[in-house]
Amino acid sequence: MRMIIKGGHVVDPGRLDTVCDIFIENGRISDIGAFDEDFLKSADRIIDAKNLYVAPGLIDMHVHLRDPGQEYKETIETGVRAAAAGGFTAVCCMPNTRPVNDNRQITEYIINTAKRLQSVKVYPVAAISRESKGQELAEFGDLFDAGAIAVSDDGQPVSDSQLMRRALEYAKGVGIRVISHCEETALSHGAMNEGLTATRLGLAGIPNAAESIMVMRDIALSELTGSSIHIAHVSTKESVRAIREAKKRGIPVTAETAPHYFTLTDEAVAAYNTNAKMNPPLRSEKDRQAVIEGLADGTIDAIVTDHAPHSVLEKDLEFDAAANGIIGLETSLPLGLRLVDQGLLSFEGLIRKMSKNPARILGLTNDIAIGADADLTLIDPSRIYTYHAATGCSKSKNTPFDGWELKGAAVYTIIFGRVVYEM
Amino acid sequence: MMWNRKHILDMESLSVEEISAILDTADGLKEISERSIKKVPTLRGKTVVLFFHEPSTRTRVSFDIAAKRLSADSISIAASSSSIVKGETLIDTARNLEAMKPDVIVIRHASAGAPFLLSRKVSTPIINAGDGMHAHPSQALLDMMTVREVKGRLAGLRLAIVGDISHSRVARDDILGFTKMGAEVRLAGPPTMMPAGIDALGASVTYDFDEAIDGADVVMMLRIQKERQRSFLFPTEREYSRRYGLNIERLKKAKPDVMIMHPGPLNRGVEISPDVADSMGSAILDQVTNGVALRMALLYLVAGGMRHADDH
Repeated sequence: MRMIIKGGHVVDPGRLDTVCDIFIENGRISDIGAFDEDFLKSADRIIDAKNLYVAPGLIDMHVHLRDPGQEYKETIETGVRAAAAGGFTAVCCMPNTRPVNDNRQITEYIINTAKRLQSVKVYPVAAISRESKGQELAEFGDLFDAGAIAVSDDGQPVSDSQLMRRALEYAKGVGIRVISHCEETALSHGAMNEGLTATRLGLAGIPNAAESIMVMRDIALSELTGSSIHIAHVSTKESVRAIREAKKRGIPVTAETAPHYFTLTDEAVAAYNTNAKMNPPLRSEKDRQAVIEGLADGTIDAIVTDHAPHSVLEKDLEFDAAANGIIGLETSLPLGLRLVDQGLLSFEGLIRKMSKNPARILGLTNDIAIGADADLTLIDPSRIYTYHAATGCSKSKNTPFDGWELKGAAVYTIIFGRVVYEM
Repeated sequence: MMWNRKHILDMESLSVEEISAILDTADGLKEISERSIKKVPTLRGKTVVLFFHEPSTRTRVSFDIAAKRLSADSISIAASSSSIVKGETLIDTARNLEAMKPDVIVIRHASAGAPFLLSRKVSTPIINAGDGMHAHPSQALLDMMTVREVKGRLAGLRLAIVGDISHSRVARDDILGFTKMGAEVRLAGPPTMMPAGIDALGASVTYDFDEAIDGADVVMMLRIQKERQRSFLFPTEREYSRRYGLNIERLKKAKPDVMIMHPGPLNRGVEISPDVADSMGSAILDQVTNGVALRMALLYLVAGGMRHADDH
């Protein structure tokens, strides 16, 4: 199979920013340049990329695929399809499956199931502690050998500081990355962000400090151990400030946020909208601004979705009984492009957050370069459409963005030279 | 005015005109409870379901008596005896109730927003009898009825609400209701009991009881729940009572004709001293009496009693 992507605006931050053609052969990029007519004739398929951006494949380093165990919410297959439709060529799935991915068998099951689909690359994140119970370390070494790309107890914090310290130290020896869900649970008994909206609705509030206290702890532990740490789903201004200062001091901390934290505030919960309920919760406008500033100045390295599928069984309930989390794979890119449209982030900057930086943090390479895997996302930044969750690829429909008019979309997702999604 | 609102969910959604119409209707219905035969045929043939998902005596009995005095058939369901304990969801339980064609569902629920959720899932009118820390409109309305009855007005009055504002659905709806009608509301309590942004609802906040009570026309004391001590909201009942308990001495700073109110149940000796609770100025039992009339008014308006009456 020989494919040519013709005339696209190729943006590989720090490497390429030019209109050119890309030649793909046997799943790899074999040439980049301006090809003549005769050369074009030699291709089995030509994709006209005029007016499209050609970016290195997007990587979402924080999703929940619910498989094994909760296949009624999502399966690896439906999750991968949603990822491809969102322009992602790789995702990292969190270990809070049933049972928890704290062992080689589940890690291998995820990897093998995804491989058979020949689509989006799935990198499992394994648990830090057995069953994510926060009591004893999982077998990082065996998990790493089985293919786990990082460890995290995501969904809940590692409350025991000594366990976190040892996890960071031990991970350094294995060479595996630690991702931390930061939440001081003594402070987080609530259903939404603490503030006027919570008071008005009579819902118990979760203060910003419930997150930032543990962000600061983890920074201190990273400093103590010299191990790098990645902070998951940053939602507060205090966390952004703490991470900014830590980076300034040279502590090896990286961080991610999600589109809902830079798009919405806690006012989206008004009328008890359980599709605006997640953990950490949507915060105030000041926090939203701080998250955007953190993205713009490099404090926050990555945009992830925290794609968290839930069925109506968990969402069509009293607000405090409803599950936390929203889906996001199919809305992440257009919501990111809103920041570009608003002049808050450059397009190149967005591709760094959604592709290059996640790759760097995870130790992957995804350059648009001769010899590299042809994992590419072709983006139409000006396409306007209404997003309907009902027609989305994810098995679950829990999103606050249902019915939103969005601008910009992935129109082709190409993995190892195969078109896995075409709008 | 013509009554058009289907559900009574909270004070935030009610207009000044609607509040006035409810209070006027309740004033008119109060006399029925003074008769020797305490029953009128107004809601004969109507069915009222009292769906109490959280323990309640006073409010449930008050709604029950209100329904019966209007000749409606009322059925009480407690969470412990409902299918909820068998794992049925709130929405399914409500849809099943609806299928039996009641005319009103009165709901009490521990989760804020549960009545709102029901109002979107079933077509039967819903009256919120208290949801979590959110709202308790019939309580706020009976408070307003009681104050208006004694003072002749609501506008321009000074109301002090003292205690655990944070966990009180009564406080939230009283703030919204009284300020909507032109009264001034001051809140007092320890900072641990003041929810974030509460002043944005229209009340002023102080941590000093004496400042709140100064010149007050009405003092509303809130119940202190002993279990809050375990979540570190106050050190001991002794200290709470000394700083935020209402006693005769403290009452002197209020206006001489001050009304003392409490949504009940009382913790005598904690937030209110027994002599104050039983004093001349205490309107605590009047609140309970008016509660029946006020709930009769809500059932009457929502169950279409006015349209029914017009038919004749």
